[in-house]
Amino acid sequence: MDLKLDHHTKDGIEIVDVEGEIDVYTAPRLRELLIELVNNGFYQLVVNMEKVEFLDSTGLGVLVGGLKRVRAHDGSLNLVCTQERILKIFRITGLTKVFGIHDTVDEAITARKSEK
Amino acid sequence: MATVEVSFTPLPAHVRTARLVATAVARRSGVAEALLDEVRLAVGEACSRAVEAHRLHCPAEPVRIALTSLAGRFEVEVTDTGPAARASAGGSGSGAAGPGGAGDGPSLPPGFGIAVIAGLADDVEVSETAAGTSIRMSWPSSGTES
Repeated sequence: MDLKLDHHTKDGIEIVDVEGEIDVYTAPRLRELLIELVNNGFYQLVVNMEKVEFLDSTGLGVLVGGLKRVRAHDGSLNLVCTQERILKIFRITGLTKVFGIHDTVDEAITARKSEK
Repeated sequence: MATVEVSFTPLPAHVRTARLVATAVARRSGVAEALLDEVRLAVGEACSRAVEAHRLHCPAEPVRIALTSLAGRFEVEVTDTGPAARASAGGSGSGAAGPGGAGDGPSLPPGFGIAVIAGLADDVEVSETAAGTSIRMSWPSSGTES
């Protein structure tokens, strides 16, 4: 399974839908998309990882890089993930404290709006 | 002798193949289903690190992975022939092998992949020699096949 990327705007927040495997081979494409979105002025991002089957440290690096970029514009990058196998890698690396991780896209949007 | 040995040209696309092979051999060796995700991720991390090292220093050399089914253990050894450096989690300096990739600088420190492996496998041994770096890790299994 390769990586499929899509994005759309919902309630003023850009939702990035990721499907497949994020690894050393595919992660550069996600990085490019996040950079492109930030360059186009999208600073409120939600990355939906519900269809991600595999995530490694290269993928984590890309997400952290995206977070750094949006934060430079006072933006946010939150995640949607309920899969235990993916959550585990965030947990063992301590990144659960860095990202807002939500159960649904709507919940991520609501959480972001209440922060503002 | 290893149960299965794979060597592949150091291209990121082949890391997925290495993960798939390792997971298949682990399953056949009797590693519990619940541990297979850990095997898959740890082998992926070790191979990603090796591929990065080879791409920088010796792109013509293959990365080697040996999968061995021992009595009660499934062992994986990933060997690269890049210069030994910063395989250790505490490595410093600009990390060529650091995830985050080339282009806009790594977003995570070098050695992060190794730290992930250490969090996944209960038995990890990283040895650095002049010839390169070898990462050996193992998981419990029910298999006895050699």
